[in-house]
Amino acid sequence: MSDAALRTTLEPRIPALAGLRRISLRIGEAAFRRLVKLGWLLILPAVTLPIWIVGTGHGWLPEQILPRPQDVLHTLRDMIASGELAQHAGYSLRRVAFGFAIGATAGLIAGSAMGLSRRVDDYVRPLFTAIAQVPALAWIPLAMLLLGIGEGLKIVVIAKAAFVPVVMNTSAGIANVPKAFVEVGETFRFTPLQMLRHVVLPGSVPPIFTGLRYGLTHAWIALVSVELLASSEGLGYLLVWGRQMFWLDTVLVAMIVIGVIGFASDKVLAVIEARLQRWRIDDVR
Amino acid sequence: MTSDSALGSIGRGLVLPVGLLLSWEIASHSGLVNRQFLPPLEHVGTSAWQELASGELVEALAASLRRDLLGFALGSSIGVLLGLLLGLSTIADRVVMTWFNGIKQIALLAWIPLISLWFGFDEMAKIAFIGLAAAIPVILNLVEGVRATSRKLIEVGEVFRFSRRQFILHLYLPAALPSLLTGLHLALIYAWLATIGAEYFMAAGPGIGGLIISGRERFDMDLVMLGILVVGSVGFLVDRGASWLERWLIPWGAASARV
Repeated sequence: MSDAALRTTLEPRIPALAGLRRISLRIGEAAFRRLVKLGWLLILPAVTLPIWIVGTGHGWLPEQILPRPQDVLHTLRDMIASGELAQHAGYSLRRVAFGFAIGATAGLIAGSAMGLSRRVDDYVRPLFTAIAQVPALAWIPLAMLLLGIGEGLKIVVIAKAAFVPVVMNTSAGIANVPKAFVEVGETFRFTPLQMLRHVVLPGSVPPIFTGLRYGLTHAWIALVSVELLASSEGLGYLLVWGRQMFWLDTVLVAMIVIGVIGFASDKVLAVIEARLQRWRIDDVR
Repeated sequence: MTSDSALGSIGRGLVLPVGLLLSWEIASHSGLVNRQFLPPLEHVGTSAWQELASGELVEALAASLRRDLLGFALGSSIGVLLGLLLGLSTIADRVVMTWFNGIKQIALLAWIPLISLWFGFDEMAKIAFIGLAAAIPVILNLVEGVRATSRKLIEVGEVFRFSRRQFILHLYLPAALPSLLTGLHLALIYAWLATIGAEYFMAAGPGIGGLIISGRERFDMDLVMLGILVVGSVGFLVDRGASWLERWLIPWGAASARV
């Protein structure tokens, strides 16, 4: 087809073409903006990395203060290749998964009971506040005396850390379901089960999820604490081990992995949380 | 609520704690539970009294609080400077903020091995760690507060041809004051937590954390329980005190701190 013929066949569809152009422009713009953002992001490492490399290379910074970045990277690669890193991370992740599952389940049950019944709340709240007031970190030595330093200790400490924010947000979320909705349910003569399913749950899912997100964050922090204090495997142990051996590269690798896992899990939960916010029923005044 | 039902709810709240303490006492006296695990309450009381009388507890608490406040002062001052910089400068924000958000995901205690390698085990290392713990929430909240300064206020400042200094002192800082106080409140809570953590791992010199750890090593349950009680009470008082101060300083900004 010749150029002219092409133009004539396309002529009637020009509005569509223009729209397409606009869309492709917009995509280009988004990609461009992302590229600019990436550029800004790379400035910091572009400045610090050469200083780090040159500084450590010339021995201005002793290796006990900061190892060469190549060494850190090398250690990271070695530990990945040997499976050592995966093994330690696996221990840590399993502990967090177990502890969080137990703590969050218990927290959901206790929090729901406290949110649904004023009486239960009256009975349980002061004791709960007293327990929550003492940070997981302070409970660890007591738990070590009572439970020894086995797996049980880690699970209990992590579960406690997850339990507290889940209870607080669940009970508040349920207790704060707008009165108006409950009244609508009562008008429809909902059974308690219907009330729970159609009024209480939709109204309280977003705050409950916020509690779960905090719970997971606290569980991860508690894991690091308990592994630092009493463990012979896991990412926290890797830190202690590197510290004792004066292997700064190992310490840095462990810190990076702890940060990356924390960052990734928080990001995932933040995305889910943002989606759940659509469930929110705010103003009905 | 009538005072009658309020009294009822207080009464109900006492049932579980009192019941728990009673069963503790009974279990411990009847020999159902090893006394080493669950010493009778009066034992905990006597050893608390002994610790108080010998001055050891007071000394440890004073050392911990001193550390806590020094670290808090250091961390929050650095936090205010960095928070202002990141909140006011678009360039600094674009270059640093994403990295900062990544680094803050490293669980706080994971910094201890590195900090102890850099600073050793003495006072310096502990204060540096506590300062780090205090700086992070101050930076985050201040950046948020500065950015949320209302457009209208900024326009007013432009009309008055404020200098940069005037903008910061008379406009951004007052506008960000509620967020800043929230950040400082969180910083106080984190600093206390970091104090205990630092004393656990860098157990040189007196301190409540060190007291608890040595109690655990000697299997001295009384001492461990006493230490936990002190840690919890100080945390509680610090939190309440900060909330009260916040309300007193800015009665209009009811933004309460969340942990």
